[in-house]
Amino acid sequence: MNTVNEMSLSFPSKSCNEAFARSAVSAFIMNLDPTINELSDIKTAVSEAVTNCIVHGYRRVGGTIYIKGKITDTGKVIIKIRDKGCGIEDVSKAMEPLYTTAPEEERAGLGFAVMQSFCDKVRVKSKVGSGTTVTLEKTIAPHNA
Amino acid sequence: MLKTEYANNILTAYIDGEIDHDSAVKIRTQVDGAAQSLKPRLLCLDFSGVSFMDSSGIGLVMGRYRQMKLIGGALRVVNIPDRMYRLFAMSGIEGLGVLR
Ligand SMILES: Nc1ncnc2c1ncn2[C@@H]1O[C@H](COP(=O)(O)OP(=O)(O)OP(=O)(O)O)[C@@H](O)[C@H]1O
Ligand SMILES: [Mg+2]
Repeated sequence: MNTVNEMSLSFPSKSCNEAFARSAVSAFIMNLDPTINELSDIKTAVSEAVTNCIVHGYRRVGGTIYIKGKITDTGKVIIKIRDKGCGIEDVSKAMEPLYTTAPEEERAGLGFAVMQSFCDKVRVKSKVGSGTTVTLEKTIAPHNA
Repeated sequence: MLKTEYANNILTAYIDGEIDHDSAVKIRTQVDGAAQSLKPRLLCLDFSGVSFMDSSGIGLVMGRYRQMKLIGGALRVVNIPDRMYRLFAMSGIEGLGVLR
């Protein structure tokens, strides 16, 4: 499995960058010729991860969000989204559907569940005080016309 | 981003474009402002113009459901595009009987 393309991005944790991040990632994978559904799945998952950096990781303090993208020769898309924010104490609990630490802000607690259902694989690495990295993987099926 | 219509005690909000954490805050302010002053019997959120949404859209709907309960009204969500229905299905909102 060889890498055929790569990119990296960094931007401040402003909520207007949620739209920027998912658009940038969708532009990056465009030459794999994804279906509308595949594209929408990846955009949604990226939006969840970036929003989490802003509303949880960098809550009140702000900071820089880092995205790294990779495409392999098998059509696999790997997107890493990282913050250097507060980190997550109990990752498996945080990933439970409907679990949220911000219900008063109208969060539904569905972000991780959405990432898991819209991608093939989701990995979360986090350390309290140093930040969180979410890795999303999804293979874009080559369509044989 | 949002057009509203009021007739027969029904407030309809036509949501347009993308719903994420950024836009949800703005939509919420507008919808709640209108609902608080008009006190409609029914708030109808029309999703036909929504081109993208993430879980912030679910938070928005749940929040309006609670808001309408507080002022003694009901909520209905209509014209959800197929591609976005999956998010609603994951949330359990279906059980509230507000989706049409
Ligand atoms: N990058 C992060 N840094 C710190 N905590 C996080 C981060 N991402 C998620 N969390 C924690 O995990 C919980 C669950 O995240 P998830 O995205 O599933 O739900 P949510 O963000 O609370 O709600 P929703 O995504 O539906 O708006 C969050 O409430 C938060 O406590
Ligand atoms: Mg979230």
